[in-house]
Amino acid sequence: MSGSAPKIQAFVRHDTLPSVAPPVSETGAVKWLRENLFSSVGNSIMTLLAAYCLYALISAIVPWVFNGVWRADSIRDCREVLDGAVGGCFAVIAERWPQLVFGNYPSEHYGRAVIAFLMLFVALAPILFIELPRKMLWFTGLFPFIAYWLIWGGTLWLPILALVGVVAGFAAFRALETKSFFGALIAGLVVTLAFWLFLAGPLSTGLSSVVPLTLERVESREIGGFMINFILGTSCIALSLPLGIALALGRQSNLPIIKMICVMFIEFIRGVPLITLLFVASVMLAYFLPPGTNFDLILRVIIMITLFASAYMAEAIRGGLAALPKGQYEAGDSLGLDYWQSMRLIILPQALKIAIPSIVNIAISLFKDTTLVSIISMFDMLGMIKGPILSSTDWFGVYWELYVFAALLFFVFTFGISKYSQYLERKLATDHR
Amino acid sequence: MAEAPTQMKVSSEVAIDIQGMNKWYGSFHVLRDINLTVYRGERIVICGPSGSGKSTLIRCINALEEHQQGSISVDGTMLSSDLKNIDKIRSEVGMCFQHFNLFPHLTILENCTLAPIWVRKTPKKQAEETAMHFLEKVKIPDQANKYPGQLSGGQQQRVAIARSLCMKPKIMLFDEPTSALDPEMIKEVLDTMIQLAEEGMTMLCVTHEMGFARQVANRVIFMDQGQIVEQNKPEPFFNNPQSERTKLFLSQILGH
Repeated sequence: MSGSAPKIQAFVRHDTLPSVAPPVSETGAVKWLRENLFSSVGNSIMTLLAAYCLYALISAIVPWVFNGVWRADSIRDCREVLDGAVGGCFAVIAERWPQLVFGNYPSEHYGRAVIAFLMLFVALAPILFIELPRKMLWFTGLFPFIAYWLIWGGTLWLPILALVGVVAGFAAFRALETKSFFGALIAGLVVTLAFWLFLAGPLSTGLSSVVPLTLERVESREIGGFMINFILGTSCIALSLPLGIALALGRQSNLPIIKMICVMFIEFIRGVPLITLLFVASVMLAYFLPPGTNFDLILRVIIMITLFASAYMAEAIRGGLAALPKGQYEAGDSLGLDYWQSMRLIILPQALKIAIPSIVNIAISLFKDTTLVSIISMFDMLGMIKGPILSSTDWFGVYWELYVFAALLFFVFTFGISKYSQYLERKLATDHR
Repeated sequence: MAEAPTQMKVSSEVAIDIQGMNKWYGSFHVLRDINLTVYRGERIVICGPSGSGKSTLIRCINALEEHQQGSISVDGTMLSSDLKNIDKIRSEVGMCFQHFNLFPHLTILENCTLAPIWVRKTPKKQAEETAMHFLEKVKIPDQANKYPGQLSGGQQQRVAIARSLCMKPKIMLFDEPTSALDPEMIKEVLDTMIQLAEEGMTMLCVTHEMGFARQVANRVIFMDQGQIVEQNKPEPFFNNPQSERTKLFLSQILGH
């Protein structure tokens, strides 16, 4: 080893090297093509194959869409206009548009439903975008009652009294909040439910006989088309999220009875197909309820889908809760925050953020699953297509156009939800930016 | 090493009183017959090998861990299973963790104002003023609107100290506050702690920073296998340890 030891050169840097831009020679379209599409023989073959498939697909779809017939009275008219050429018969969408969107909703009241639909976006805005003024949340709180009145009509007193019930429950909650948050929550719920069940009905009848304030009543069975998918989708998503949070917290609770109830609920509901629950809602419940009870079918379905989705929400949120380091709980504890404060201010905001992708996943699949109600003979969008439209002599056989339209309509909304969730995730990312 | 500055006076008032405390994890006896009285203004450093129960001991003081036997009273309030008592003690006792445990979804300022606003019911504006005061004290007021993820480890730990101070605690617990930090950042955190000690805060620190112990502690406690093995003033503790276990420990940690 002697004599061959490497000589170590002492070195000291005195000035910092400036940072420079990367070399520019490494760009250009041809280079991109060569690297990404034709980098090897195998890849070149794949590229050519894929190009052929794309060509075949587009050359079939483009004439079907652009050659399509938009004005015709029946499928026979369509065929006459096309005269053997390839083309879709989109006239069915134009002609049956009201049915596809509103079902059998009375056409003179379409305006009411449209106003409710537009108001929904105003109501959602402050929830979706935190930058908007918080005062808008007042409208969000009122929206469900306004929307109910606009869509179903009847006396305004019923939604007003329902709102009063909620306010009474909230007042009870606030009065007892300092004693015990959980007890206050239960008391608030009991007050609200009692008010709805025993006071709201008679009071609204009484009040409306003095001051009518009524819109013409629309029955639930008249509501249909995409409208019913939308009502079910939005209300079930909105209701299942808080219920899911409660179930997830309950499942993590130290109190054995609460924990057991939550676990049993979640496991049972997850283990049962949604269709079964819908059949229970539409058929079985009638056996259990006293004869003559008028328990709205849409309400029953909303309850069932909400229960179903909330079990999944609960598990998604539990995943978020489990992902938080124990130190976050301890930090909250060590600052003297009580359980509900640390849940609300520290744990849930972070857990929900982690759970956003799964929650959105559930929301999207819930929205699409609302089409299952066509099986219990409700005329939602798919029910409308399968039933009245396709079985009419005018449009018998126009499958593709109708189902593609339904698919596109659902896609627009679910893609919107998914884009929003990506925006939200980016906005809530507070680390490493 | 110089004597502690004269303003670091210890009063005869009892801040924490632990009597005959025992704790088990399952059948494992982690803390054995702990007796410890802490007077107001004391700076106590607890050291010992890993697994000796030192973290568990200070976590019992604010009930992050439950003890099974014996009594702990903090500032005259007896620690029991009553949640009201526990929350009261926790709001009087500040704690800094090894991994800081800042709330990553809140800004530095919001981290500091959260507990004063919700627990102490301080008005937001006033809470923010207090928070800025303490952030200035730990020398990072310019980071107030950033998120914890954007700060260095040392800065995060100083924020964590400021966050605890915003509750105006009477006692501060430090659970290995510098163990997760790079050497360059340890000093800035220790400086903050020294400053705090000079202002007369009652402090219990689990740490391996023996320089810190010599400089500010008025008492050093050595723990091993869940017991207090030796306690003394820093000078005799380091220069003339009595127990064999302490001697071995000190020779290992001061060995190089």
